[in-house]
Amino acid sequence: MIQAIVFFPLIGALVAGLLGSRIGHRASEIITSTLLVIAALLSWWVLFPIAFGDGAQEVIKVEIMRWISVGDLDLRWVLRVDTLTAVMLVVVTSVSSLVHIYSIGYMADDPSRSRFFAYLSLFTFAMLMLVTADNFLQMFFGWEGVGLASYLLIGFWYKKPSANAAAIKAFVVNRVGDFGFALGIFAAFIVLGTIDFDTAFSAVEGAKGTSISFLSMNLDAMTVVALLLFMGAMGKSAQFLLHTWLPDAMEGPTPVSALIHAATMVTAGVFMVARLGPIFEASAFAMTVVLVVGATTAFVAATIGLVQNDIKRVIAYSTMSQLGYMFVALGAGAYSAGIFHLFTHAFFKALLFLGAGAVIHAMHHEQDMRKMGGLRKKIPLTYAMMLIGTLALTGVGIPGTSFGFAGFFSKDSIIEAAFAVDGWQGTFAFWSLVVAALFTSFYSWRLIHLTFHGKSRADAHTYEHAHESPNVMMVPLYLLGVGAVLAGVLFYDQFFGKEKYIEAFFAHSIVINAAIIDAAHHVPTWVKWSATYAMILGLFTAWFMYIVAPKTPAKLASTMPWLYQFLLNKWYIDELYDFLFVKPAFKVGNFLWKRFDDDLIDKTIVEGLGHRVQDITNKIVKLQSGYLYHYAFVMLIGIAALLTWVVVAGGML
Amino acid sequence: MTPDIAIGHFLTVGAVLFTIGVFGIFLNRKNVIVILMSVELMLLAVNINFVAFSGHLNDLAGQVFALLILTVAAAEAAIGLAIIVIFYRNRGSIAIDDINVMKG
Repeated sequence: MIQAIVFFPLIGALVAGLLGSRIGHRASEIITSTLLVIAALLSWWVLFPIAFGDGAQEVIKVEIMRWISVGDLDLRWVLRVDTLTAVMLVVVTSVSSLVHIYSIGYMADDPSRSRFFAYLSLFTFAMLMLVTADNFLQMFFGWEGVGLASYLLIGFWYKKPSANAAAIKAFVVNRVGDFGFALGIFAAFIVLGTIDFDTAFSAVEGAKGTSISFLSMNLDAMTVVALLLFMGAMGKSAQFLLHTWLPDAMEGPTPVSALIHAATMVTAGVFMVARLGPIFEASAFAMTVVLVVGATTAFVAATIGLVQNDIKRVIAYSTMSQLGYMFVALGAGAYSAGIFHLFTHAFFKALLFLGAGAVIHAMHHEQDMRKMGGLRKKIPLTYAMMLIGTLALTGVGIPGTSFGFAGFFSKDSIIEAAFAVDGWQGTFAFWSLVVAALFTSFYSWRLIHLTFHGKSRADAHTYEHAHESPNVMMVPLYLLGVGAVLAGVLFYDQFFGKEKYIEAFFAHSIVINAAIIDAAHHVPTWVKWSATYAMILGLFTAWFMYIVAPKTPAKLASTMPWLYQFLLNKWYIDELYDFLFVKPAFKVGNFLWKRFDDDLIDKTIVEGLGHRVQDITNKIVKLQSGYLYHYAFVMLIGIAALLTWVVVAGGML
Repeated sequence: MTPDIAIGHFLTVGAVLFTIGVFGIFLNRKNVIVILMSVELMLLAVNINFVAFSGHLNDLAGQVFALLILTVAAAEAAIGLAIIVIFYRNRGSIAIDDINVMKG
């Protein structure tokens, strides 16, 4: 059964990819979608006995084959399914199957649909490989597989230069993270002596306190391993400093954004840190880094999201911000809270993206929110779904009760966990997250107001023809809507309820830090309400600025132009990288091209050699003056020399 | 009293004549006929050497050879002059500076 879940998408990808042109687009769509739906149903089927069973079978391991056997290394390809993996399986296959179905409608006019579906299924397979990994190498395989699929899908419309640029950017930025990840795996192998998860985790205790020489410095071994691994997570999960690819990745088709750049692939980093929790737990410093990076990302991304005008980019920055939340949870030691947010976020963010896709579809591929407005009357069902997504994202709910949307439970757990962390990093994380929650609420409602409320700013023709999407697109939205409403309340106990529930649910698949969870449950009441206050404040600010007095934003921007520009230009991170890395790289490349290759190799050595030969021959040619007396003279000199030689040396050398 | 004329004197005259002939070839920039004459001069110098050694060594072969050279020189002068006439007809000049067709 596990094999079916993992390999059905691969079969779908192969069929659609290799035979797509023969069996036609319709058949490719149906085959890949059907296989994915089956895989999704099986995933739920797998989740229940593992998660809610009596604990008799905590981990299912299915050996596929002996993969590598070299010297001491005996690596088997094993599908490992425990609660953490089962949760991920459910998230990945559910969202993926819905996105497949949705894409049938969204991509209906595209001339190479079967290729698209092949990529989608390939991505799903790679992601499943990643989450079912039983050792570092399998994880790395899946990790690179999703990177490849992401590259292919961002650049799906390969005739668009911006899409190609974005695809390359995503790939290159991820290389930076993956470099760290690969080094981390090597370091783990050196320090722990194995790349098999279970044995590696049991070796952590013995490796604590040892040191390793890295960059010719003697550092704590576990800190080095954890930080290098985290670098990989930062790249894949678009954390601050390695985040620049995510907004650009919105060049890809919207279903791709929903599946890869919101619900699944970008959460791979979160999954990885949760899975490798025992390694991170061994280094307090690494945990602090995770916490601080997460909090910074949540804050920075939220500020940028405030001023973006592209509907998809707003959601992309929101995704980045929410990923920051998840890392804060991990850094605080509340792994289950991070996974909880990953789980709920997958639903409501996919819903928002697919909803945005429906809006874009209705507006004939217009993505600029400044050219929308008033769409509520035209597409009421999409409006309702986007509203649910926004309520879930902003975390609407009443603290202390079990009333609330999905995001409410998971986000509040994280904020409480952050508050419970001791020291400056806890305070920093807590306030960053609360402010980020305020901003999240503001830009989410700004999106709703600009898109659906007020007067239409679209041109009359487009507005007149705006229409509700077909059912094949709307049904996935409804299902995700249900998830966005219920995923939080139904699973709260398992992910962040009493410790024994969490213990029973996750068994031993992640580290459960009882102290932090207990502390998070006993934070002061104002802390429990802080996120809700922030949410309400953001809601009213957005309502005031975009409905009551729509002139305020422009006025605000003109009073603080530098701040507005700073945010609009995404903190100038791209420009900074351009200055720090891209320009120097160009310069080095230019130098090697012009100076080294053109001048030195070509002109001096290759052409230079030819020129010297020509110079010499030109001089020799001049000897042939054509004047008789020159030849005679040379002959005479020659004879004289010969004679002298004969006379003086007797013809001997 | 006339000094005794030995082989050294003959050889000196021959060497002087030969050198004049050589310089006639090199220093002359006027026309090809001068070169022909210089070559003739060099042949004469060689002939003087032959005859001088013939007398000195009491070997007639040298004088026979001198006669042979005279014959060849006459033929050569005839052919050379003929070539120069033809050359002049073709090129309109026999100035040495104009004759550089073999230039590289």
